[in-house]
Amino acid sequence: MNKGIIFNIQRFSLHDGPGIRTTVFFKGCPLSCPWCQNPEGIKRDKVLFKHPDRCISCRFCVEHCPEKAVQLTDNGPFIDRKRCSLCMLCAANCPTETLEEAGREINVVELVNEIIKDRIVFEESGGGATFSGGEPLMQPDFLIETLETLKHEGIHTAIETSGFANWSGLRDTMPYTDLYIYDLKIADARKSKKYLGVDMKPILENLHNLIANEAEILVRMPVIPTVNDDAASLNQVAAVLKREGINSLELIPYHKLGSAKYINLDLDYKMSGINIPGPEALEHIRTFLAERGINIISEVEQKNE
Amino acid sequence: MNNIKRGTNERVQNLRIQSESTVPSITIERALLVTEVYKKYANKVSMPLLRALTFKHLMENKTICINHGELIVGERGTGPQATPTYPELCCHTIDDLSVISEREKISFDVSDDVRNTQENEIIPYWKGRSMRDIIFSKMSSDWHNCYEAGIFTEFMEQRAPGHTVAGDKIYNMGMLDLKKQIARKLDSIDFIEDQEALAKSEQLQAMAICADSIITYAKRHADRARELAESEKSTGRREELLKIAFVCDNVPANAPRDMWEALQHYWFIHLGVITELNTWDAFCPGRLDQHIWPFYSKGINNNSLCKDKAKELLECFWIKFNNQPAPPKVGITLKESGTYTDFSNINLGGLKPDGNSGVNELTYLLLEVIDEMRLLQPSTNIQVSKKSPDLFIRKAGEIIRKGWGQPSVFNVEAVIQELLVQGKSLVDARNGGISGCVETGAFGKESYILTGYFNLTKVLEITMNRGRDPLTGKKLGPDTGDPGNFESFDQLMDAFETQLQHFLEIKIAGNQLIEKLYADSMPAPFLSLIIDDCIDKAKDYNSGGSRYNTNYIQGVGIGSITDSLTSIKKHIYDEQKYSWDELLSALANNFSGQEAMRQYIVNKTPHYGNDEDYADIIMQNVFQIFHRLVDGRKSIRGATYRINMLPTTSHVYFGSVIRATPDGRLSGMPLSEGISPVQGNDLNGPTAVIKSAAKMDHLATGGTLLNLKFSPKVLTGEKGLDNLVHLVRSYFRMDGHHLQFNVIDADTLKKAQANPEQFRSLIVRVAGYSDYFNNLSEQLQNEIIARTAHDLV
Repeated sequence: MNKGIIFNIQRFSLHDGPGIRTTVFFKGCPLSCPWCQNPEGIKRDKVLFKHPDRCISCRFCVEHCPEKAVQLTDNGPFIDRKRCSLCMLCAANCPTETLEEAGREINVVELVNEIIKDRIVFEESGGGATFSGGEPLMQPDFLIETLETLKHEGIHTAIETSGFANWSGLRDTMPYTDLYIYDLKIADARKSKKYLGVDMKPILENLHNLIANEAEILVRMPVIPTVNDDAASLNQVAAVLKREGINSLELIPYHKLGSAKYINLDLDYKMSGINIPGPEALEHIRTFLAERGINIISEVEQKNE
Repeated sequence: MNNIKRGTNERVQNLRIQSESTVPSITIERALLVTEVYKKYANKVSMPLLRALTFKHLMENKTICINHGELIVGERGTGPQATPTYPELCCHTIDDLSVISEREKISFDVSDDVRNTQENEIIPYWKGRSMRDIIFSKMSSDWHNCYEAGIFTEFMEQRAPGHTVAGDKIYNMGMLDLKKQIARKLDSIDFIEDQEALAKSEQLQAMAICADSIITYAKRHADRARELAESEKSTGRREELLKIAFVCDNVPANAPRDMWEALQHYWFIHLGVITELNTWDAFCPGRLDQHIWPFYSKGINNNSLCKDKAKELLECFWIKFNNQPAPPKVGITLKESGTYTDFSNINLGGLKPDGNSGVNELTYLLLEVIDEMRLLQPSTNIQVSKKSPDLFIRKAGEIIRKGWGQPSVFNVEAVIQELLVQGKSLVDARNGGISGCVETGAFGKESYILTGYFNLTKVLEITMNRGRDPLTGKKLGPDTGDPGNFESFDQLMDAFETQLQHFLEIKIAGNQLIEKLYADSMPAPFLSLIIDDCIDKAKDYNSGGSRYNTNYIQGVGIGSITDSLTSIKKHIYDEQKYSWDELLSALANNFSGQEAMRQYIVNKTPHYGNDEDYADIIMQNVFQIFHRLVDGRKSIRGATYRINMLPTTSHVYFGSVIRATPDGRLSGMPLSEGISPVQGNDLNGPTAVIKSAAKMDHLATGGTLLNLKFSPKVLTGEKGLDNLVHLVRSYFRMDGHHLQFNVIDADTLKKAQANPEQFRSLIVRVAGYSDYFNNLSEQLQNEIIARTAHDLV
């Protein structure tokens, strides 16, 4: 049986496909989008999160750290990330969850059992399970076995992906996947390299292949001011959609709710200077795309695990 | 409270403003009239007759009030919000009156005249004679010790049994018809063989006197309306007053002929019940849309009624409920039920007696009335069957998401199965519903008495202290051993069961005595007219005259006790992180200097409400023990004991008498309410909450109460209504009994707490009822803020 690493299981998810759903966040992502709302999900390995506001200065973390990587400051624990071996003894002993482990190993049966707890809710609402992340296709064997098991259980399945993955893995999910939520962030090769840190080609090819294989697809685009909200970027996205015969798009306006997580992970947040898009800007995008035959179905909030 | 204009027209708006802006006050009129009768007849006539003569004297002499503009007439007191007292049940001391008038919340104006009359006329007669005085003097010292320690409460110490709802019979029969039944029954009494013949005949005569008396009361309204018509300048109003007189001449003497008469007919009966005695949960028309439907549809079909007129009548009817605050409570009864709301809880939808969906055009019109009126009283709920259309839930959802807590949502199939399990016939079960907060009943045919809340968490505290109450220091239960010597978690559960049995038996022994006292000295011949089969059995409501008799004990704090036990199981037995000594000493010191331990427990214990079996199985164990120890016991009037799981406001009071608990709760803090998880401990979203809650055997209860709090955006738009429908349907598919929604964000509540004057009209869901946020104690406000709001993810 396959095992995988996930960092959250979110029940009562309302915006990751039809009905009321359980969303599973897989750890690990090949992209490096600076606006990422779940930076704890980028690395494949476990990460150590801190929530300094919860600290009661009990010093258990300092006492339990075998690497002497934790110091207590006025602002809660300070982690020397270079020394830290990610043994997580500090988190295990932290009474207040000031220190928290993000990422846990889980096998297919454990995960499926967790998901089917809401079977009745799925049946009543037309919901199911959505695999998000991170990038779920980074763990293809685990993902495919989970999907296959859920299909045997009669559960609706969805994958939320950036599309940056090996086609073979993606292809093998198709028999067990009812919906692909495809996050098309950028359709410009140069910008893709710059912001996502990856080549855009496989993203567009995979989209094409899924459509060619008659997969059910919902395309989403995050609206990131100064990155993809200009006319040229929108035109490029519209062109891709038209080429693939897609005439609808869901928008996810950028927000800053994830920015605190960067501090908690001792990472730089590179988006501080970017403002969230206002209603007028969104309306402008809506009109702009509508004129190009792309219908905006809804605006959903950017997901924050 | 506020002067917001709400209502279908100016008439209703003005009546609503009058209802909402009048300050509740005490009227001494009833107390004086009752005292007059008792002085004249007590010990000279039988008890049923004494009560009937009391009722007659009240109906013949109480002030008649017809408010300007109203269409449905009759007040319990001398006017809107004027509230009588019931010295035969609870004779307030002068100190009580001061507390009632001066307390910050749920106060009543008490005039000097009222105070003087109470001191000079009422107290001298009733001191030592009121039920409250008699009950307290008869209870054992064990009972008193437990009562004072907060192990249980006692519903009947200052209010009478009631806990019943009108059925359909009154819409087909007037008082004259009931008198004919009584006469037939009197004729059939066998004075030679039947040893109870005399009691039966006294009871039937008492009922007949009550039937005549309420007719007199209605005629007095008719006379008064004609009198007012004579001096009325407006032609329109003059005609209305003459119409009111016409209506009051016919009902309740005869069966109603149209919708106006049906509503007025019920209202006179309602006033009769709540004037005769201060019954718990006032009284209630129950399945209003079903009862009024024949009159409504007939009126619409023959063009004697239009929808607007029907709505106006219904809104006038609504205001009558809101004009009658719950009579002033004192002591522990105030703590367990701290509200003006008197729990008339109107049921919409449900099933018809033939098993088909009861949702009709009037159901939807009533939803409009609820929305437009936005009043605390009457409470309202929707009865959702698998046969009910989604549209019904969606229309109710449009009101629910406005955030003032009405209507609440019930599972018809569960309610019916609960009634069938208790032995009701299928038709009686389908004609039933819920009343009060969440209590299941066979309307018109059952006396289902709530006898008191039971503090399950307190019993665990006493178990951990070998039978001693750490707060009072008194030894209240048996010594079930030092928990430090319990080798397994099961041994703790066994000790808990021993203690629980001990305390339940003290409670039930007290109940038996109180039930006998009411049967002997406080019959309710008027109520007995209304509830089947009191006439047939020639037996009073308070002596077991109803077709079905049930007694409830209400379990409180299942979330808190579960999380406490889960914590003990995990940290002491499974992981041995802490010893019993460490835990008990931390509890004794209120976790002082032990914040790290407290936090560890709070954060690293599986909690009830997260769909984790580790905790939920313990909840099931506690529930089953409680159920096993109560369910099926018999009372002296022939009632069967059952349990239900609701708190009203007792979870705050019960928390105030418990020191720190093993779940990390600090001393004095509220317990969890209903069957909801401990406030803030449900972290896996609402689907996990309903899954956990559904692991309880709802069908073995007479009602459970689950509160879900949502931030408003979860329920926004059509998709929000989808979410509501799906959660309701899912929970009900799992046999959940009831769901209520608090749709408001914590920030708004915090603002309201800081600036009460700006939030005077803010209504929130408490536990089985709604109340003005400003009417709630600060502790209860905090408790509501602490409930987890399920947000969008």
